[in-house]
Amino acid sequence: MATGGRAVPSRNTFDRLTLLSAAGGPLPGRPTPAQRRLAELVGGGPLSLAEAAAYLALPVSVVRVLVADLVDLGVLHARAPVPRAEQHDQRLLERVLSGLRAIR
Amino acid sequence: MDSAPSDNAATYLGSNTQTLVKVLVAGPFGVGKTTFIRALSETAPLHTEETMTQASASVDSLLGVRDKVTTTVAMDFGRRTLTDDLVLYLFGTPGQRRFKPLWEDVSRGALGALVLVDTRRLGDSFEVIDMIEESGMPYAVAVNTFDDAPRHEPEVLRDHLDLDPRTPLVTCDARDAVSAVDALIALVTHLLADPPDGAPDGSVPAAGSEVGRGTATAGEGGR
Repeated sequence: MATGGRAVPSRNTFDRLTLLSAAGGPLPGRPTPAQRRLAELVGGGPLSLAEAAAYLALPVSVVRVLVADLVDLGVLHARAPVPRAEQHDQRLLERVLSGLRAIR
Repeated sequence: MDSAPSDNAATYLGSNTQTLVKVLVAGPFGVGKTTFIRALSETAPLHTEETMTQASASVDSLLGVRDKVTTTVAMDFGRRTLTDDLVLYLFGTPGQRRFKPLWEDVSRGALGALVLVDTRRLGDSFEVIDMIEESGMPYAVAVNTFDDAPRHEPEVLRDHLDLDPRTPLVTCDARDAVSAVDALIALVTHLLADPPDGAPDGSVPAAGSEVGRGTATAGEGGR
């Protein structure tokens, strides 16, 4: 499981492509139905935040809040879509380009 | 209790996934954005419902009600795994200025945009191209070749769309995966060859970090 041990980003930085995965913590107390559905969905495997919103048929803005809740509770991990070391890196574009050529 | 749509089985990402990158597929309604995304995506296109609240002053209401209206827009997107650890997401993005807040949210962190145009309705693309240029996001233009659409010489199209000579202009068939990949290859080749020079509002790179000025060297003077 990809954890990276990175600090939780402040809430308003959750992107549509924030990478969600299960953190292993149990759902405590009385989760809301939406919290439970999100935890169950991501419990099945990693997904982007946008995909979670689509599968749950919830607005992205709502899922951002749910993600923040569940990260705070230790139920989910949320990771930036592009690891810091790769941001603004020409090599990332080169990898995308060679990946596109490979699926052509 | 809550009837979750559990039959909507999720297609999960691979466990080695490290990097998720985003490209916008932009253009007016009906230009083929969802078709393009479907052609490339490894899953059926997904969508999120987005709510926009705005003044309805421009809405011609029979009742003469001028109030806030709430518009719901479906945003289609899809994904394609490129390598074990790298996944490309394509976000269909409407081009109207009234969706600007949504545009800004969706475009955060995007590598660039592919603008689809329909030669039967070229004028419909002006607004989206203007918005992208204002944002400073690098882009390429792909003419979606509808069967009955007029064919123009590239130079005529460039002139009509007022494109910078460096902006790639390609044709593609949005229904065809290879053709769609080729259009993306043209975009990414452009991103590599021609890094954006001093994006006006720096909105392109990922959240909270500096614009990659280190790479913005070429192409300052000559226009």
